[in-house]
Amino acid sequence: MNTAKNTSLKTLTRILSAIAGLAMFSTLVLPIWKIELTAPQYPEGLEMYIYASKLGGEVDIINGLNHYIGMHTIHEEDFAEFAVLPYVLGLLAVFGLLTALVNRKWFFYLWCAFFVAFVVALGLDFYFWLYNYGHNLDPTAPIQVPGMTYQPPLIGFKQLLNFGAFSIPASGGWVMAAVGTVMAVLVGYEIKSKK
Amino acid sequence: MTRVKLIGLTACAALLALSSCKPKGAQSAVTGDAAQRVYVAPGQYDEVYSFTSGGFSGQVSVYGIPSGRMLKVLPVFSQDPESGYGYSEETKPMLMTSHGFVPWGDQHHLAISQTNGENDGRWLFANENNTPRVARLDLTTFTTSEIIEIPNSAGNHSSPFITENTEYVVAGTRFSVPFDDENGDIPIADYADKFSGAISFIKVNPENGRMNIDFQLKTPPVNYDLSHTGKGPSSGWFFFSTYNTEKAHTLLEVNASQRDKDFILAVNWKKAAELAKAGKGRTVKTKYAHNVYDEGTHTATSELLTDVTVLDVKDLIDEGFAYYIPCPKSPHGTDVDPTGEYFVGSGKLASLLPVFSFSKMMKAIEDKNYEGDFDGIPVLKYDAVLHGEVQKPGLGPLHTEFDNEGNAYTSFFVSSEVVKWNVKSLEVIDRQPTFYSTGHLTVVGGDTAKPYGKYLVAWNKITKDRYLPTGPELAQSAQLFDISGTKMELLLDFPTIGEPHYAQMIPADKIKDNQKRIYDINENNHKYVSKSEDATKVERNGNRVDIYMTLIRSHITPDNIEGIRMGDEVYFHVTNLEQDWDLPHGFAVMGNNNAEILILPGETKTLKWNPTRTGIIPFYCTDFCSALHQEMQGYVRVSPAGSSTPIRFGTGDKAPAN
Repeated sequence: MNTAKNTSLKTLTRILSAIAGLAMFSTLVLPIWKIELTAPQYPEGLEMYIYASKLGGEVDIINGLNHYIGMHTIHEEDFAEFAVLPYVLGLLAVFGLLTALVNRKWFFYLWCAFFVAFVVALGLDFYFWLYNYGHNLDPTAPIQVPGMTYQPPLIGFKQLLNFGAFSIPASGGWVMAAVGTVMAVLVGYEIKSKK
Repeated sequence: MTRVKLIGLTACAALLALSSCKPKGAQSAVTGDAAQRVYVAPGQYDEVYSFTSGGFSGQVSVYGIPSGRMLKVLPVFSQDPESGYGYSEETKPMLMTSHGFVPWGDQHHLAISQTNGENDGRWLFANENNTPRVARLDLTTFTTSEIIEIPNSAGNHSSPFITENTEYVVAGTRFSVPFDDENGDIPIADYADKFSGAISFIKVNPENGRMNIDFQLKTPPVNYDLSHTGKGPSSGWFFFSTYNTEKAHTLLEVNASQRDKDFILAVNWKKAAELAKAGKGRTVKTKYAHNVYDEGTHTATSELLTDVTVLDVKDLIDEGFAYYIPCPKSPHGTDVDPTGEYFVGSGKLASLLPVFSFSKMMKAIEDKNYEGDFDGIPVLKYDAVLHGEVQKPGLGPLHTEFDNEGNAYTSFFVSSEVVKWNVKSLEVIDRQPTFYSTGHLTVVGGDTAKPYGKYLVAWNKITKDRYLPTGPELAQSAQLFDISGTKMELLLDFPTIGEPHYAQMIPADKIKDNQKRIYDINENNHKYVSKSEDATKVERNGNRVDIYMTLIRSHITPDNIEGIRMGDEVYFHVTNLEQDWDLPHGFAVMGNNNAEILILPGETKTLKWNPTRTGIIPFYCTDFCSALHQEMQGYVRVSPAGSSTPIRFGTGDKAPAN
């Protein structure tokens, strides 16, 4: 008879955790989020990419356009997040690999909690930055539409004057979404298997 | 009584009918679905680029085919006040020659660079027929990169024609003249004895396209008209049409039309190049300009060269690299078919078209089948080289191009038509009228080893009633034909700028994806570049003032400038800081005895200004760049000569206070 509580993980959980951990390393190099801009006079479109440690895409062009409505220019140096993010993502990745090695349920649940907390924190941080970017406008801006603010969407589409802004995960973000989904399923799987 | 009346009335009616009888003139039905075949819907692209010579405009124009819409005029040999070409300090050197600054040119023919006998779309070569020069344009920016002057020449008509791998650009003089190291102060009537014709072989660097004159041939005094390279079996040979073998120097209309046959000059250029390399030529002392535009510094420099290697053909007859082939009658075009076996001489006063065979020519040379010589150069027997004559093709043939199915298309100026005939069988297949008097025609890739075919454009010399009238001076007229079927079908009529003499048509796909959109500001090595607004400044050196200025939507830095004086030479060095697509800025100064400059993203251009009065002089951006373009302006304060007003400058918070 099994008197001790089963504290180790199912083999599937260990394997998938290890794979998820490895996958998380890719978020260090892949773009995590992107904002696509479209306008009548930009048939070619404009894109801004957010990576773990830098910005990508046509940031300079977007900065050039935004000064008309008083939005502040975006510079990589202004983001303290870029110093920290690579380490946090790396840590999450290592955590995943360790989960497979340590083979303890509590370790696995801790990793999941860490992951969820991180995603929520990242989302909040991004939201507040977007809020500030869209509301904190230069009072001497040439184009002023009364009551108008330009907060880009956290996720999804929003029309801002002549520009349509579409905020959506980039390849790295999809990896994280996939990892998160796998982790959620595994949590359920682990809980169910206790019975 | 009624019978008489009836007969009388019938007779009157018949006479009336007869009097309005006219011989049937040239009718041309436009094919039924022509509109659909030339319509390029909004947002779609034309299939083909046509680079069309501007003739007496001095420029090259670019048309989209099949729509016939003009895309752009490229400044090459004439000043262009719209862009500042030939007005900005950076581009003035492009128009320097050994005669000094020449603000205009006569642009006749074009050649797209080739690889393995096919258009590769890297460069476009253009000739200048007045002050002899050849230009090279970069087809990633559609700008003029280099111009080289041709010494010992006068006029440069038989040019530029290139070899199958763009080893050489070949240029033949139009007018024979004394060479630059000979005494030119002689009676004009000494033409036959003392004048010579120069044919120049310009070597092209395969990496960067840079040109240098490798050697020239000194030939008897005739006029050179057109030429083309051999291909395939005739690779290594070049063919030139000559006229005025009568050696007339006056009233050429009559005196150069006397002989029944002039010549096609066949030159084994590979052999000539070897002879030049082996030192068989001599160095002629002369002066000719070589102007190069550097994309990194956005600046052109001009240097005067003094030496050129000349091979005197009459001293090297035994080397066997030059032969004359008789050709009726004052030939204009010398055109080689895609297989390289046949070449056609279009004698503009002839009533037939001779087609020569290269293999027969080689045999005639081998058998020494000569009918004599012309100034020592062997003249091959006409019948020994002839493949056959196209009988009664039309009147006044000028120029022939080919499709990819063994057919030739010849333009007829006097009978105002294009005639399609089969190269091998010499049979006339179709003829279509042109409106009016076509000079040259172009088939897409029609002078290469692998023509694309499908479209033919006839470039006409007489317009008259083709379009809405525009006073006594009318635009030239071009006709677009679909040649994919047996019969040629007229699709479209369109007016052109200048006078197209020739064109090169190339499928758009070969060029359109290689286009530059901006110049990288980080690669800008201009002497007076400002890579940011912080780098702008105003510096005085005696009477010379250098203003380092930037333009970006929608302000100018600096836009307030004080301390300029009467008598100053002011240089505005303007950098466009944009790095986005289709964002040029313009710049102009009130009352400037100069044009404007147009500056593309990442470029720096300099506009010179000598202030004409004291007071406040505005400047502004001239190219609509943004919603606040009207706000993109500034002022200069000009003080009297010798005043001590200090130099102060800035924009916004940095502008000088009062």
